[in-house]
Amino acid sequence: MSDIPEGLHYTAEHEYLKPAEEDGVFLVGITDYAQGELGDIVFLELPSVGASFNRMDVFGTVEAVKAVSDLYCPVAGEVVAVNQALEDDPSLVNSDPYGMGWMIKLRATEPDPTSGLMDAAAYADHIGE
Amino acid sequence: MSEALKHTPLYDEHVALGGKIVPFAGYALPVQYPTGITAEHHAVRGAAGLFDVSHMGEFVIRGGDALALVQHLTVNDASRLEVGQCQYSAMCREDGGIIDDLVVYRFPEHYMLVVNGARRDVDWAWVREHATAFDVEVEDRSDALALLALQGPVAQRVLAPLTDVDLNALGYYRFAEGTVAGVDGVVSRTGYTGEDGFELYLPVGGAVAVWRALLEQGRDEGLLPAGLGARDTLRLEMGYALYGNDLDEEHTPLEGRLGWVVKLDKGDFVGREALARQKEQGVSRRLVGLQLTERGFPRPHYPIVHEGADVGEVTSGTVSPTLGHGIAMGYVPADLGAAGTALGIRVRDRVLAAEVVRPPFYTGGSIRR
Repeated sequence: MSDIPEGLHYTAEHEYLKPAEEDGVFLVGITDYAQGELGDIVFLELPSVGASFNRMDVFGTVEAVKAVSDLYCPVAGEVVAVNQALEDDPSLVNSDPYGMGWMIKLRATEPDPTSGLMDAAAYADHIGE
Repeated sequence: MSEALKHTPLYDEHVALGGKIVPFAGYALPVQYPTGITAEHHAVRGAAGLFDVSHMGEFVIRGGDALALVQHLTVNDASRLEVGQCQYSAMCREDGGIIDDLVVYRFPEHYMLVVNGARRDVDWAWVREHATAFDVEVEDRSDALALLALQGPVAQRVLAPLTDVDLNALGYYRFAEGTVAGVDGVVSRTGYTGEDGFELYLPVGGAVAVWRALLEQGRDEGLLPAGLGARDTLRLEMGYALYGNDLDEEHTPLEGRLGWVVKLDKGDFVGREALARQKEQGVSRRLVGLQLTERGFPRPHYPIVHEGADVGEVTSGTVSPTLGHGIAMGYVPADLGAAGTALGIRVRDRVLAAEVVRPPFYTGGSIRR
């Protein structure tokens, strides 16, 4: 069983949207299930601060030993921070996907950022757990 | 859909260990265990790993013409083999295209061909078809034999207490019959990782006992069960070709970096004429090693680029867990095959800089030559 925290919002493509301290700002990463499926992550290609994305745009890629996978932006927004720690240690995504393994911080540019995303229970159903 | 996946005798062990099971060569095999590919890779380089490679095929050839048939079917010179010695080789079509790469074992009274699991049916049909002209009996023993690969610098220390085979006397590419954990089998000092190690041919009924005994014996030495993922990164660091990726019927051994196993002077064999002609004329394309000089992850089928034009494609690629940079193999025009040639690998919308290098990519292995 993979870890699916309550209070986060999930895409069908296995990204999560996690509310940050400030209203309308979110951390984005991939779920525990996703990191488990990908296996050892070797590096990530992430956008720069200031980049803007529409909902479900590809914002980066994750390169694991087994496969490469696109990263989809759960919500329209502007990148306000990128997790630089992943540059040196991409395995943080494997070991702590919802904590140290966050990828980008977004300021949402749509009024209802979490609409259309799954809650923990729906995501658990989605992955068959 | 394809038919149901076959199980090796160790399938339940893999599941119990938490192995992530994937289809490979018609079998359900673990690509990794919970430790992950990287940890399993490093365990083999630094200590030892235990692989289930029971999907490999084993054909036995016996009878008065056994050597003659082996010589006819394979490109290396099997007449040079002593009893207890094995040899890397290949089988080719008449036009030189590689049917499979394989290892030939010489036993006192017979020969054994060890072939790739994914090619077993094709190989077996080929062997049987050619055997009719020879005084031989051929037998496909694949379903009766399990094959374990114990690989890594401490492999001998792990195996020695469990076997009556004198491992000190067993050189590289030599084998002996004996018992392992009470099971009669064959201990062969061979492998696919670049590390010292052994491949153990066992009756399927004994495989679980030997698997468990080795894991137990190796626990304090850092031995890990290792899956197909690590097997692939390990072999690729050594530049060992994988049939289906780097070798196929569309390429000859001379193109595929296997010229050293082709013995044109050994007498006639299937493919000799075509290979002799190609050797004389020179190859137009060849398999090369490529090393990325910037960060990136080369994968099979990514285009290889020279001055903006696609000149080939990656057949195998990874980020080397040991070296930390991207490594790959692929076919390129022969005039672009010299070490040091600057090429590129197209990864999605970018071309990453790469350089032709002569494999092995990793030269620090414990392999005994």
